[in-house]
Amino acid sequence: MPALPRQRREPSGGIKFVEMSNRKTKSNILVRAESLSQVQRILRERFCHSTHGELFGVQVQYKHLIELLKRTAIHGESNSVLIIGPRGSGKTMLINHALKELMEIEVSENVLQVHLNGLLHINDKIALKEITRQLYLENVVGDKVFGSFAENLSFLLEALKKGDRTHSCPVIFVLDEFDLFAHHKNQTLLYNLFDISQSAQTPLAVIGLTCRLDILELLEKRVKSRFSHRQIHLMNSFGFPQFIKIFKEQLSLPAEFPDKVFAEKWNENVQCLSEDRSVHEVLQKHFNVNKNLRSLHMLLMVALSRITVSRPYLTSADLMEAHQLCSMDSKANIVHGLSVLEICLIIAMKHLNDIYEEEPFNFQMVYNGERRIRYFLSGTSLMPENTNVLIDYSPEFQKFVQRKAHSVYNFEKPVVMKAFEHLQQLELIKPMERTSVNSQKEYQLMKLLLDNTQIMNALQKYPNCPTDVRQWATSSLSWL
Amino acid sequence: MPHLENLVLCRESQVSTLKSLFGERHHFSFPSIFIYGHTASGKTYVTQTLLKTLELPHVFVNCVECFTLRLLLEQILNKLNHLSSSEEGCSTEITCETFNDFVRAFKQVTTAESLKDQTVYIVLDKAEYLRDMEANLLPGFLRLQELTDRNVTVIFLSEIIWEKFRPNTGCLEPFVLYFPDYSIGNLQKILSHDHPPEYSADFYAAYINILLGVFYTVCRDLKELRHLAVLNFPKYCEPVVKGEAGERDTRKLWRNIEPHLKKAMQTVYLREISSSQWEKLQKDDADPAQVKGLSAYSHVELPYYSKFILIAAYLASYNPARTDRRFFLKHHGKIKKTNFLKKHEKTSNHLLGPKPFPLDRLLAILYSIVDSRVAPTANIFSQIASLVTLQLLTLVGHDDQLDAPKYKCTVSLDFIRAIARTVNFDIIKYLYDFL
Repeated sequence: MPALPRQRREPSGGIKFVEMSNRKTKSNILVRAESLSQVQRILRERFCHSTHGELFGVQVQYKHLIELLKRTAIHGESNSVLIIGPRGSGKTMLINHALKELMEIEVSENVLQVHLNGLLHINDKIALKEITRQLYLENVVGDKVFGSFAENLSFLLEALKKGDRTHSCPVIFVLDEFDLFAHHKNQTLLYNLFDISQSAQTPLAVIGLTCRLDILELLEKRVKSRFSHRQIHLMNSFGFPQFIKIFKEQLSLPAEFPDKVFAEKWNENVQCLSEDRSVHEVLQKHFNVNKNLRSLHMLLMVALSRITVSRPYLTSADLMEAHQLCSMDSKANIVHGLSVLEICLIIAMKHLNDIYEEEPFNFQMVYNGERRIRYFLSGTSLMPENTNVLIDYSPEFQKFVQRKAHSVYNFEKPVVMKAFEHLQQLELIKPMERTSVNSQKEYQLMKLLLDNTQIMNALQKYPNCPTDVRQWATSSLSWL
Repeated sequence: MPHLENLVLCRESQVSTLKSLFGERHHFSFPSIFIYGHTASGKTYVTQTLLKTLELPHVFVNCVECFTLRLLLEQILNKLNHLSSSEEGCSTEITCETFNDFVRAFKQVTTAESLKDQTVYIVLDKAEYLRDMEANLLPGFLRLQELTDRNVTVIFLSEIIWEKFRPNTGCLEPFVLYFPDYSIGNLQKILSHDHPPEYSADFYAAYINILLGVFYTVCRDLKELRHLAVLNFPKYCEPVVKGEAGERDTRKLWRNIEPHLKKAMQTVYLREISSSQWEKLQKDDADPAQVKGLSAYSHVELPYYSKFILIAAYLASYNPARTDRRFFLKHHGKIKKTNFLKKHEKTSNHLLGPKPFPLDRLLAILYSIVDSRVAPTANIFSQIASLVTLQLLTLVGHDDQLDAPKYKCTVSLDFIRAIARTVNFDIIKYLYDFL
């Protein structure tokens, strides 16, 4: 039985004590594994699946929203509001919090909620069916078929009146990905919802969530005029010190955690981390790129997945490696895996771009340019004014190509074409216009989607790069 | 897991990263994971092997196979159904037309006993084809965990980097994982792994070394290299089988195989000839140059006038019209030097591609290059039409322009030189770019 390094100081003892302590460490491992599993469960749910997290720095907006909802639920007032904020800024969390608080009030027993999503309900027919379903009105609708959307919708809402004509259930509509609803035909659903919210029929609250700041320009005039122009903006307006506080709070275990001793140690560790300089650096780098909570959650999740029973507490090294994993340059990674021939093609294209200032090229030009430039680099004389890249079938060129030292790069044209097509498949080069049947592959104009710094950086890391290829890349043809 | 390491070579760190991300069965994981890397870098194989070995409930779908929305969604649902109800045999097939129906059906299927409380994995292979399907499909799958409120993780496998997938208005960002390409050492290890039992591992490893020496600078694709290794191994063993060399005579074996591999690069690697033709070639020991390739060009035998029409078309495409006088008139008189400042032109016509030319010009050039008198009969015109059908010429412009059709010549320089050689015509003398 391997002995684990002890966390607590044990008094020295005899053999019997060692046996007992071995048993203790075994049970310690079990207890620790159980606690770790719990920790993982809680934190993973918080990072990956939370729609009921805590709110940071949005108290004003929250108050505004909950007031509005209360007015609809309690006083029967119809309202509409748009919640606007970039991706990951907490719009869904805000509305979920507000609805949860609303439902806890006694008076809100008969408030109905309808949740629609622009990604799922891609046209008004589907949206209407979903509204019917969520309001449990399928038995009421039955076989009734109406002409227009407005008639359908008003029938549904009429059906929600309980007995007394004056008491009707307030309905709260939450429309996620609101900008996608604005792309439906004639914006019928939006028009009708806002219309009902303006005319004094069923008390209706329409809440739209969107990431587009220019959402109002997407709405038609008649829809826009019925909208109350109320907007709540969530702008991730916290600074770096608050970001660190959020980091600490997100990693801490709640007070209800069963293993109190472990939870205390864990939270202490988190406190140490939030004061550690290297962790600050990592967080600063992360904060500079992406402020929102979702990306922080991704970073923490990757760091969290590295803890094991033998290393049960997070360290700053975990966070640094997690940050590195999350911020890799993907194009550089792809270039790393190309064959030498493909790298030569990319360098030839880079030189063509330098010479001809980003004009599009085709395969034939690259193939010849490559040979021409290597011809130049081999030290043979070439008049500087000769700027055209052209097949030179003169005898000296043939001799050059057959020279032994360069025979390793003397590939047949179809082989080079296959490498070129592979680059096209990886979308590192792109045709300028769609391929037509009439034109040959070699003459189709292309564009390179890598820029010079990316190419040079990738070449630095390229494994076993042949020296003459590297020299060719860095040679500046400044006399051209 | 030692068993897993034997199945999946040289991918230990990726396997351990994925395992640690998956966590335990009931834990939540990322809503979506995006795995990218070069072709044949093991993405599909590692993911499938890992999920099968750990016996996690998963559905594996290929987006090339399911190229429409309906096919994709129905296949996922039906496979999930099979997972959750393994004893009852074939239950009814689920139909699903929109993503909304999919979400509702998914919620229902995952309430089954065998799938509850566990993370369900949906793996979408060749995910780059999702970009061309409906616009709500990719963002929908990225958010599937949130939309269905279930414990599900969607894994995307692709060759293309994530930046090219991102929709314009943004989406829920997946966790991006890179599968690095195999280094040359790794390739050697993996290729040496499938050596036939009759020969020793060292013998095969030496063969792989030679193969990589020839092909590594051109191609790093594991699948291609394995194919080439299998095809060429019998030729490598030939001297040993015939008794001319022992297993350790590396120089002799190398000298035998190296020209063969170079030939393979120009034929089998390019799929110019099929693998069965290549194997026959090795057995019969015929000269590879005599083999008829698969491409159309090597099978074309044109009649006499057609060859001249093709040559005339090539000249018309690649020579500018103003130089026709110099090439094709017997007495062209004085040519001013100013016409010929080719050194100031930026690129030659051979780099830009063929230019369209009218029929009259083709016939004019044809009459001048053919020695005997050619009458403009229907015979000639029908030969032009058959050249268009063979796609050696293409018709440019509208079909309804009957009086002045324009053509373009779409053959390569090597092909036309071969044709010109068969009629003893020196085409290089008549080409403007080679003056």
